[in-house]
Amino acid sequence: MSLDVASIRADFPILSREVRGMPLVYLDSGATSQKPSVVLDAERHFYETSNAAVHRGAHALAEEATDAYESARSIIAGFIGASPNEIVFTKNATEAINLVAYAFSNASAKYRHGHDVDSRFVLGPGDNIVVTEMEHHANLIPWQELCAKTGAELKWFGITQEGRLDLETDPIDHNTKLVAVVHQSNILGTINPIQELMRRAHENGALGLVDMCQSVPHMPIDIHATGADFAMWSGHKMLGPTGIGILWGKHELLNSMPPFLTGGSMIEMVTMDHTTYAAAPARFEAGVPMVAQAVGLAAAVQYLETIGMENVERHEQALTEYLLQSLRDLPGVNIIGPDSTLDRGSAVSFTVDGIHPHDVGHIMDSQGVAVRVGHHCAWPVCRRFDIPATTRISPYLYNDFADIDAAVNSIVKAQEFFGVVPEVAG
Amino acid sequence: MSEDLYQEIILDHYKNPRGVAAIDYPLADSHQVNPTCGDEVTVWVGQDTEGRLQIAYQGQGCSISQASSSVMSELLVGKTPEEAAKIQTAFLELMQSKGLLDPDEEVLEDAVAFAGVSRYPARIKCALISWMALADAQIKSGLTSDSASLGRKE
Repeated sequence: MSLDVASIRADFPILSREVRGMPLVYLDSGATSQKPSVVLDAERHFYETSNAAVHRGAHALAEEATDAYESARSIIAGFIGASPNEIVFTKNATEAINLVAYAFSNASAKYRHGHDVDSRFVLGPGDNIVVTEMEHHANLIPWQELCAKTGAELKWFGITQEGRLDLETDPIDHNTKLVAVVHQSNILGTINPIQELMRRAHENGALGLVDMCQSVPHMPIDIHATGADFAMWSGHKMLGPTGIGILWGKHELLNSMPPFLTGGSMIEMVTMDHTTYAAAPARFEAGVPMVAQAVGLAAAVQYLETIGMENVERHEQALTEYLLQSLRDLPGVNIIGPDSTLDRGSAVSFTVDGIHPHDVGHIMDSQGVAVRVGHHCAWPVCRRFDIPATTRISPYLYNDFADIDAAVNSIVKAQEFFGVVPEVAG
Repeated sequence: MSEDLYQEIILDHYKNPRGVAAIDYPLADSHQVNPTCGDEVTVWVGQDTEGRLQIAYQGQGCSISQASSSVMSELLVGKTPEEAAKIQTAFLELMQSKGLLDPDEEVLEDAVAFAGVSRYPARIKCALISWMALADAQIKSGLTSDSASLGRKE
């Protein structure tokens, strides 16, 4: 173990509880992570000492709250090597993707009415947007909707049988305006060649967007080295609170985009018939924002930085290798996604012959093991592999080999319970 | 281990489903999906010469949803619309009971095995999906009184 898991676990109060009379084995961090006390304490401390609406008011609390909010932005920016003015707070990653989709949609609508807009965001018939078949619905449906509104066409990369992106199916061409791809698949665990995909996008004059929900929490990221123009992730999957997501964008691009939600805080000057907008990031943060959540997320970032993201990544690689080996050794269990730790994260999906994934998850839960079942908001992936759903184990820094053993044992229990233990040849 | 959920009757219906996959003259059908897990079921309804219910179903899903389709078919095929309505209402009440209702075995027969499901909010949908499809198909076919449509009360 490259991490002192016992001491990490002591920082997470929820991990000491029992479920259904068994010690909790939490292996659903791909859905949401648990929170260390420092995150909960930071939020509570903010409310108890400095709570006020930010960016308004002349009193001491308003100044302290604004300072806490903007300090959080700097800390979070530093985590990925970005500048604070490239970081926009949203309610979650889904909203961050929609924010970019609506920049295209709003620019296209304004263009049709003669407004001066940046042509990089104007879409129409003949243009296309490129995604992959392994997108989470959050990085698929906004683009389906955008295409329906603008007449642009949606194209995608396929998936190989091993669960990798099929680069042979590259649909990017000179009419591509945006390439929007997932960094690490939440269902397959596959880590995609982002730099190569961004290079192909830029070669064709397209912008590049990367869904980093499953990568930022699990590995060191130097955002400018990825080549992306936009990226987003959620706070709650990286030990932070719910209710906060991050949009990162190149500052020049953010300042070229029309706003998404409009109202207070995002303006420069307002008259009864016209408004000019603040520069990014304020332009995209209408209304009183989620200050306590930003403070909590900054505490989560500092917690992860203290441990070191290289160490988190190495630890997860060790767990993933052990998990893949353990599942491979189980007759009747099929891994859906890459069967090695090469370019692969810790989210591991599988099916069990003769048992529906929901039933697998239920029996695992009866043993105290929390996993995700279903299509994981990536239904096209299940269709691609002709399966109704999968069961997914997704460990994080607070899991150890014993947790993997508990999960594997509970899968065997499910096979025994449903009477589908395969006979092993020899 | 989860014996309260996975009663023997449920596992038996899951492994040996009763009922048929087609009827000769369906009057209506309904396709229902559970978007959180991808489970699907289609239910066809018709009636025999004496006006009694005919049901066919086809679907994919977990043991609870598959067994529930089978139990539903076994319980309701050959019933008059009034008899069926009584059973449908009783099953819906059982599923909404959070495990607090003592089901009437006279009315629900094998379906009493699903009492434990009502304690697991995530699985109630599994147990109800085929019953919802049936109710929808009945409404479309006109083979029902208002009281037979699940979720509606007289």
